[in-house]
Amino acid sequence: MKIDFKNFVNALWKENAIFYLMLGLCPFLAVSSSVRDSIGMGIAVIFVLAGSNVTISLIRKFVPSHVRIPAFIVVIATFVTIVDYSLAALSPQIHRNLGVYLPLVVVNCIILGRAEAYASKNNVISSLLDGLGVGIGFALVIFVVSIVRELFGNGTILGHQIFGANFTPFLIMIMPPGAFIVIGFFIALKQGIERRGKKC
Amino acid sequence: MLNQANLGLIFLSAFLVNNILLIKFLGLCSFFGLSKDIKSSIGMGLAVIFATVMACCLSWAVYNLLLLPLHLEYLRTATFILTIASFVQFEEIIIRKKLPVLYKAFGIYLPLITTNCAILACAFLGVDYKLSFIQNLVFSIALPAGYALAIILFASIREKIDVAPLPEVFKGAPISFITAGLMSLAFLGFKGLFKL
Repeated sequence: MKIDFKNFVNALWKENAIFYLMLGLCPFLAVSSSVRDSIGMGIAVIFVLAGSNVTISLIRKFVPSHVRIPAFIVVIATFVTIVDYSLAALSPQIHRNLGVYLPLVVVNCIILGRAEAYASKNNVISSLLDGLGVGIGFALVIFVVSIVRELFGNGTILGHQIFGANFTPFLIMIMPPGAFIVIGFFIALKQGIERRGKKC
Repeated sequence: MLNQANLGLIFLSAFLVNNILLIKFLGLCSFFGLSKDIKSSIGMGLAVIFATVMACCLSWAVYNLLLLPLHLEYLRTATFILTIASFVQFEEIIIRKKLPVLYKAFGIYLPLITTNCAILACAFLGVDYKLSFIQNLVFSIALPAGYALAIILFASIREKIDVAPLPEVFKGAPISFITAGLMSLAFLGFKGLFKL
């Protein structure tokens, strides 16, 4: 059994789901206004990706190819339901803040994309690594973006005051337009870093 | 709450104030993917309106008439996605046989709709807000209409951006996001229409 480590690293930075593939944007933009919520969403996505990748890799030999998409969706929906109910029990407040975006992880294109492109063709351990890599890549980016948005939009990180009481929050950062603008600048930054890398 | 508002208010709320793309961030993959020219954005907008109205009414019925009486609420996610996926397939077959002109117009956009989160969100929100059937019908017309409005406006702006002089690093995705951010800012202005 060949284990594919290179793919894991690749998924983290070079082909990052958000920055490079532009997949899974809906929960990303909606939730990244608060650090605590984005940690919750990051963990949920890692769990669903790893779980569904492993399961799909295990059943890939029995599922006839013309019904594979509905079968994958049912597997993913099962994991999403598990996360939905566990989070409601563990942390009702985060569950309430994530709202409709949590069940919507089921149509997150990253997850079905990895199932179709990777887990349905590779062995269990590689699929697990792939799921973890893509999931952690997503979680890291949402974490960094949410720090920027919460810091400037609210003057806090995880609810702790950073700038003191005299700081007037830059409110637009936590409102919907801020999400689009911040991610736009982040992608520009990544493109800039890669261009500089090529020149050297 | 939305289920006590009258129908006009529900329409405005879903169409402008809580615009599905620009305020709620749902259906973004197709928003950025299919907005390169106005023609394809109109095709996608119409296909989404058509499918959402049908699919949302169907999933409303499945939830309220089947899952709720049987206390199977935890199956919501799985049943909704299956209802929508099978319905879109069914719809595609019917349209291809009965209305070939429309099928040609929708083209590849119809199958893409299955994974469009706007439709699933419409089904979830209708249930979350506890809307009645008529309210849900109005809601499921207004929501994709807001999608169509936003994607057509965005495509029109994007056609201009493609020929504008830009710093190299902002070409492509970054400028699209920032444009969407400015549009979203404009849509936030509708918040003043009413309090809900």
